[in-house]
Amino acid sequence: MSSTVISHNAGDHGGHDHHQETFLTKYIFSQDHKMIAKQFLITGIIMAVFAMVLSILFRIQLAWPDTDFPILEIFLGKWAEGGRIKPDFFLSLVTIHGTMMVFFVLTAGLSGTFSNLLIPYQLGARDMASPFMNMLSYWFFFTACVLMTASFFVESGPAAAGWTVYPPLSAVPKAIAGSGLGMTLWLVSMFLFIISQVIGGVNYISTVLNLRTKGMDLWKMPLTIWSFFLTAIVGLLSFPVLVSAVVLLFFDRSVGTSFYLSDLVVGGEILPNEGGSPILFQHLFWFLGHPEVYIVVMPALGLTSEVISTNSRKPIFGYHAMVYSLVGITVLSFIVWGHHMFVTGMNPFLGGVFMITTLIIAVPSAVKAFNYIATLWRGNIRFTPAMMFAVGMVSFFVSGGLTGIYLGNATLDINIHDTYFVVAHFHLVMGSASIFGMLCGVYHWYPKMFGRMMDERLGYFHFWLTFVGAYLVFFPMHFMGIDGVPRRYYAFTEFPFMEKWVSANLLVTWAAIIAGLGQVAFLWNFFASIWTGKKATQNPWGSNTLEWTTPVEHFHGNWPGEIPTVYRWPYDYSKPGHHEDFIPQTVPFSETMSSNLAHDFDGDEEALRIQNEWNKQNNREILEG
Amino acid sequence: MTTEEVLQRRKAKKFNLWLGMIGMFMMFAALSSGFIVYTASGVDKGIKTLLPVAFAYSTAVIIVSSLSFHFAYRAAKFEQIGKQRLLLFITLVLGIAFFVIQVEAWGVLAERGIYFVNNNASQSFVYVFTGMHLAHIIAGLIVLVRCIIGTFRAPKFADNLFRMELAGIFWHFLDLLWIYIYVFLLLNQ
Repeated sequence: MSSTVISHNAGDHGGHDHHQETFLTKYIFSQDHKMIAKQFLITGIIMAVFAMVLSILFRIQLAWPDTDFPILEIFLGKWAEGGRIKPDFFLSLVTIHGTMMVFFVLTAGLSGTFSNLLIPYQLGARDMASPFMNMLSYWFFFTACVLMTASFFVESGPAAAGWTVYPPLSAVPKAIAGSGLGMTLWLVSMFLFIISQVIGGVNYISTVLNLRTKGMDLWKMPLTIWSFFLTAIVGLLSFPVLVSAVVLLFFDRSVGTSFYLSDLVVGGEILPNEGGSPILFQHLFWFLGHPEVYIVVMPALGLTSEVISTNSRKPIFGYHAMVYSLVGITVLSFIVWGHHMFVTGMNPFLGGVFMITTLIIAVPSAVKAFNYIATLWRGNIRFTPAMMFAVGMVSFFVSGGLTGIYLGNATLDINIHDTYFVVAHFHLVMGSASIFGMLCGVYHWYPKMFGRMMDERLGYFHFWLTFVGAYLVFFPMHFMGIDGVPRRYYAFTEFPFMEKWVSANLLVTWAAIIAGLGQVAFLWNFFASIWTGKKATQNPWGSNTLEWTTPVEHFHGNWPGEIPTVYRWPYDYSKPGHHEDFIPQTVPFSETMSSNLAHDFDGDEEALRIQNEWNKQNNREILEG
Repeated sequence: MTTEEVLQRRKAKKFNLWLGMIGMFMMFAALSSGFIVYTASGVDKGIKTLLPVAFAYSTAVIIVSSLSFHFAYRAAKFEQIGKQRLLLFITLVLGIAFFVIQVEAWGVLAERGIYFVNNNASQSFVYVFTGMHLAHIIAGLIVLVRCIIGTFRAPKFADNLFRMELAGIFWHFLDLLWIYIYVFLLLNQ
């Protein structure tokens, strides 16, 4: 690391001399957190587009199961012979769509981008604890993406056992085409991905705990940092467990052990494996898998907290409650995994325990939802595109979260397990909510990343198409699920009770296609604005956090001269008696009249008078001195 | 960077290592719970044999290697670079010896007819535990080699000591990790 760090003395503005950076060290093997963040983001966007196209492909099959689309054969060859997607390939599409979206887009694309960008910026650090490990983290991720994509180019096709890769289907190469080489690539890719996430997460935690600037105690950290910090802890404790699960699965597949396999007959042939337990895999998988959904959603919660407060021009409502609810979600996330396994023949008592822990998660989640609404309440709201996406995120978090209460009940779950109800639930609460959190982050921090603004009108257009589209796609699925329509089925025409839902599928698919096309507006906006966007000012949103005190132009080390000292929390918006409606964290208390501290006005008669004048004008309660 | 920033950054890096070890430990914790759940699933499961004596020898070897590393670290502290190099070399040899003995132990198990591919996966788990640990030992050996190379490059005192400190934490961790695995397996044999 020492080779790339610039030496800074007070008053030295030499940050602009770039240490003879070459193209390779600046853009490819960069160790600068800002560049790595951009690498994560752009790779994440590419993966998102790829995974979205996969979803459109299987949506086409679901809407028109009896129609041929010769164009599909041109692109997909033998997997769409005669213009119709084959059942095996349909399963691959579903599997890789889920894997890429959950892991590559919403884990690495979201956490990787914004933890890297904002942790050093908002804490006042020159870079991560270990910039080298940070770089490694990206390249492991990149290799994982390449391997996963490469599985489309092998003879037997990509993995097809669902993103949860349950054995025995995933463990027996002869079972379906997708369990061949494609599955091996899936496992290797996932192994690399986990290494990437663990070394990335280690860096995030260490940076948050060790590299905060002067004055930045934990309770002065923005909620974004709290969410990235807790997300990284969840990842550090849960991802290694998936390594164990994946390694054992690899041995079962490729060496012939029997960790997960027993009593199998494939194609009339009895397999030699005996004594294994597929349930063991489910335990190991969901011990990661459930925390994983919080790894996906918590950064989105953090980003939107920041954006909603900034654009409501109001302090975040219940800062401490927001932090404690994140901590609550973090702890609970480790003791609920059994709710994915209610139908595995689990002891009903154990199921009851998992049910209770699961339902308790509704408490911190509701705290967050109410605090968002209370922050918006009577705020001086600025509906920037980022703010629209943040509010959209809250909407999805609520509407998707409510169905979680149904699914968390063991008795109900037995009926709606593995139906479209589940698909609707998690696509709203974790899929749409976190993608909206991510997009909100992109629109809000774009000026910080690229020094330019994105086009607002395209942003609104993108928002409305995506927001309405997502509801049209996922809302009907609730009703299909309650009617008992199972997920992952190839064609609805084969079962009389499902046939009536083909018409609903038609609506869903059209909505998906239109919302999918809407993303072109985003892609255009994102990539074109890098060169043609309006030049950004240093603090375009009037925000309090430290990243907006850095110069627009990037250089390794972030601040020319000394790193600023922090005096206050990041949510002093619209404070009476201040000439602006925001007070950056770097402004000492002595320079302003009021802050959001307890006993704010103690002993300051003049401050109290001004506050009360303001309160009177705004019909608020009058404070007593 | 100011000295203060360098020190702060060192602290952060050391912290990274501790966090990384928590991650590694979680992996073995997952394997342990997998083993317990699997072994409890039937009376025909379980290790069903005594662990090879070789594991006791390898335990002794790795403990001694931890000691020799500790003395190498002390030598680095008192700037006795020659002594440090010699002790590091001894540690490296002991590390390799540990590796070899573990593989020998696999041979003993195989002679008893206890193979990795096994319908009683409790026995396969013995290989997984030891194998995954050996994978980490390889990383440890690379770290040791890096330390030895470092002593030839006339390092700055602080850099050398910091590197030795990190390497020491990791090497002692591998030692403790093995003792955990060994005791865990002993209790279940």
